[in-house]
Amino acid sequence: MKLDRVPVREQEPAKRILNFQEVSYGYNQEEAVEEASRCLQCKNPKCVGGCPVAIDIPKFIRELRDGDMKAARDTLGKSSNLPAVCGRVCPQEEQCEGKCIVGIRGTAVNIGKLERYVADWAMAEGYRNTEKAPSNHIKVAVIGSGPAGLTCAGDLAKLGYEVTIFEALHEPGGVLVYGIPEFRLPKEKVVREEIKLLLDLGVTLETNVIVGRTVSVENLMKDEDFKAVFIGSGAGLPMFMGIKGENANGVMSANEYLTRANLMKAFRSDYDTPISHGKKVVVVGAGNVAMDAARTAVRLGAEARLVYRRSEKEIPARAEEVHHAVEEGVILNLLTNPKEILVDEKGFVKGMVCVKMTLGEPDASGRRKPLEMEGTEHVIDCDSVIMSLGTSPNPLIASTTPGIETNRRGCILINEENGETTSTGIFAGGDAVTGSATVILAMSAGKKAAQGIHAEMVKKGLVPEV
Amino acid sequence: MYKIIRKKELVSQIYLMDIEAPRVAKNANPGQFVIVKVDEVGERIPLTICDYHREEGTVTIVFQTLGMSTKKLAALEEGDYIRDFVGPLGNPSEVVMDSVEHLAGKKIVFVAGGVGTAPVYPQVKMLKEKGIDVDVIIGTKSKSTLIFEEEFNQVAKNLYVCTDDGSYGFQGLVTDRLKKLMEEEGKAYDLCVAIGPMIMMKFVSRLTASYKLKTIVSLNPIMVDGTGMCGACRVTVGSEVKFACVDGPEFDAHLIDFDEAMRRQSMFKTAEGKKAIQMEQAAVHAEGELCELGELQK
Ligand SMILES: Cc1cc2nc3c(=O)[nH]c(=O)nc-3n(C[C@H](O)[C@H](O)[C@H](O)COP(=O)(O)OP(=O)(O)OC[C@H]3O[C@@H](n4cnc5c(N)ncnc54)[C@H](O)[C@@H]3O)c2cc1C
Ligand SMILES: Cc1cc2nc3c(=O)[nH]c(=O)nc-3n(C[C@H](O)[C@H](O)[C@H](O)COP(=O)(O)OP(=O)(O)OC[C@H]3O[C@@H](n4cnc5c(N)ncnc54)[C@H](O)[C@@H]3O)c2cc1C
Ligand code: SF4
Ligand code: SF4
Ligand code: FES
Ligand SMILES: [Mg+2]
Repeated sequence: MKLDRVPVREQEPAKRILNFQEVSYGYNQEEAVEEASRCLQCKNPKCVGGCPVAIDIPKFIRELRDGDMKAARDTLGKSSNLPAVCGRVCPQEEQCEGKCIVGIRGTAVNIGKLERYVADWAMAEGYRNTEKAPSNHIKVAVIGSGPAGLTCAGDLAKLGYEVTIFEALHEPGGVLVYGIPEFRLPKEKVVREEIKLLLDLGVTLETNVIVGRTVSVENLMKDEDFKAVFIGSGAGLPMFMGIKGENANGVMSANEYLTRANLMKAFRSDYDTPISHGKKVVVVGAGNVAMDAARTAVRLGAEARLVYRRSEKEIPARAEEVHHAVEEGVILNLLTNPKEILVDEKGFVKGMVCVKMTLGEPDASGRRKPLEMEGTEHVIDCDSVIMSLGTSPNPLIASTTPGIETNRRGCILINEENGETTSTGIFAGGDAVTGSATVILAMSAGKKAAQGIHAEMVKKGLVPEV
Repeated sequence: MYKIIRKKELVSQIYLMDIEAPRVAKNANPGQFVIVKVDEVGERIPLTICDYHREEGTVTIVFQTLGMSTKKLAALEEGDYIRDFVGPLGNPSEVVMDSVEHLAGKKIVFVAGGVGTAPVYPQVKMLKEKGIDVDVIIGTKSKSTLIFEEEFNQVAKNLYVCTDDGSYGFQGLVTDRLKKLMEEEGKAYDLCVAIGPMIMMKFVSRLTASYKLKTIVSLNPIMVDGTGMCGACRVTVGSEVKFACVDGPEFDAHLIDFDEAMRRQSMFKTAEGKKAIQMEQAAVHAEGELCELGELQK
């Protein structure tokens, strides 16, 4: 057995910072088969336990290795509705690959890139499996078209339900279209195509519907005859620091910056939405979102710098993202915290006052608490600041739907068994329940809720058990 | 896709459109707005709901052509389609939605400026339907730019038109007219609602503060999503930062930091015409980049 994984070809950093094309080229057939043959086909595969949707990993890898691509795609499809997306953005090192036995002595099998290869192959070949049960004429409403909503909708459609997805924005996909940049997750080629496969199962999509404003959950159930509702509205509300100068021109949330760039395609000259083209951009935070914002800024021609109050060890972003960011010239100012944003006479950002930090005793989160070091105030020269401090669920649906309870952080409370909220017939999952998490966790929550909804419909005698 | 049922040029560069959007029409109330994206490549722009017909399923918008997006919209004709039309967004006007008992006997003056005249109309209309009479002051450049005069004559108790050039009605600013009403014509108000350009709202607010007259304004900061997701629309109200799209758009005028709001509104002014920015960019980037971006666009 080869200990090291087949390397993945990537665009050179010097080249890729000048475009928005995908950084990773993925495997070609030869490379994929070679990597697939590194899998030991474990009898008790640990990797499967690490995958939140429990893809039969050894099976699809074997099928890929043996050249039975259709079977490999079907195996993925049994557990995941978005394999081309997950193969690209799952934090595999903590999930499937983190558990892979080969990783003990060598490097784990590159499950993510193999998954991507199979899904991309099927899209390119136009191979699809649209098997589904005949319609049972039961209407279910899904709110939000992020990974949670899409997965729930797809699973219910396969069971024969008549599903309508209501999406607030003008494009489906949630964070997949407005947050994660083109260079990590191509929108037309991957996201749109994978969503199309789902809609081909007979799911209806209504964009431009903000549940809680355009229509209420109550209206949907009482007036439009939806027998159950799934809330997958995500955690899209950005936070700010509350420091002086934060409302200056040139200070924005990562959500605003990334939405302009990704959803509105502001980086393309044939699209109308403007985006701030700072020359010296500071991103506050060090999560995946911060990395995406900084790497977008680099591509828009800026010098990009991350300011983070803890040390390298605590950086929450995936290792691969940090590595890519540094390769692309993103500067890291660690153990540094903003105090104030300096504003010029026209109201635009002209700098940021920061202070150096040191790490003290562990705090409630178990991480060492950052403490300010006296006398270390300094000014970072910049013309734009992007706040990437995390997000919380939008309160709109919970506040307009009687009977739904939330916790202190605005996350919707559910029964962990079946995904049901405190109101009968209304289910929820994904970031709206957990706060910002991951694509695959949102998908697994969507799956669980689909099963929960089905069980409830069976219990009510509306559909026969299958 | 949302069909344009009716289009009318009210005066030069100000257009009215009825858009077929049944879901929006069904739930719309005065004070709320929509976001319009004209076509695939368009930006999302907010426009106030100026009227709605629940049965016909239409929503009326009135807009002034300023830049790319409003010009694109104005170029469409009856029977054409708008790609995206989402709403109703923001909160309904609190004043108008208030109970009749609460409103009875209240003396209210509306101050409207420019294209902001149109969104005042559904508010005054609904109050009239509730049996509440109000005064309306409209400010505009000249007689030829005045809109909605007839409509207001139907629903307002008194209508006071002001023109900058004196070609019609009172010559002068809305603030002058309001002051005159209160100082010389014996009017006493309990509430003022001002909707128009930020600068007008700022000066109305400054005037009414000196009279301790409670004033509501409808803010129009730059927006992207209109659902609380981006924070582009944030404004300082008292000591708090609010998102105008979900917390507003109406706020207590005397708590608003208008100077900040005006600065933020002009953020992309220097930049509109992304072209301008791109020219600038070309200087920063290697030539290769522009070719690459060009490739992507194909
Ligand atoms: C920039 C960025 C990068 C990320 N990178 C990664 C990554 O690399 N790997 C990873 O696993 N995860 C990543 N994540 C996290 C991941 O994207 C989310 O955890 C996941 O998308 C959550 O899915 P969801 O379906 O719960 O919600 P979302 O994807 O947020 O979708 C919610 C949808 O609901 C819609 N909606 C909201 N309110 C309403 C309403 N009232 N009516 C109708 N529709 C509504 C929204 O418009 C949205 O489309 C990233 C997140 C961000 C922001
Ligand atoms: C809640 C709200 C309600 C509004 N109602 C109306 C209305 O009923 N009728 C009307 O004519 N106008 C209204 N506006 C203003 C309208 O949105 C702008 O005139 C429009 O976006 C200009 O777009 P443009 O591309 O044609 O012009 P641009 O040249 O791009 O911009 C002209 C000016 O419009 C403002 N603006 C630009 N982009 C945006 C944006 N995305 N969001 C908000 N403002 C922006 C800026 O101040 C800018 O300087 C409203 C704005 C808000 C926030
Ligand atoms: S879905 Fe994610 S966790 Fe599961 S196998 Fe694929 S990459 Fe791994
Ligand atoms: S743990 Fe690793 S080697 Fe074993 S089946 Fe899974 S991928 Fe293959
Ligand atoms: S417009 Fe994005 S939060 Fe208000
Ligand atoms: Mg514009």
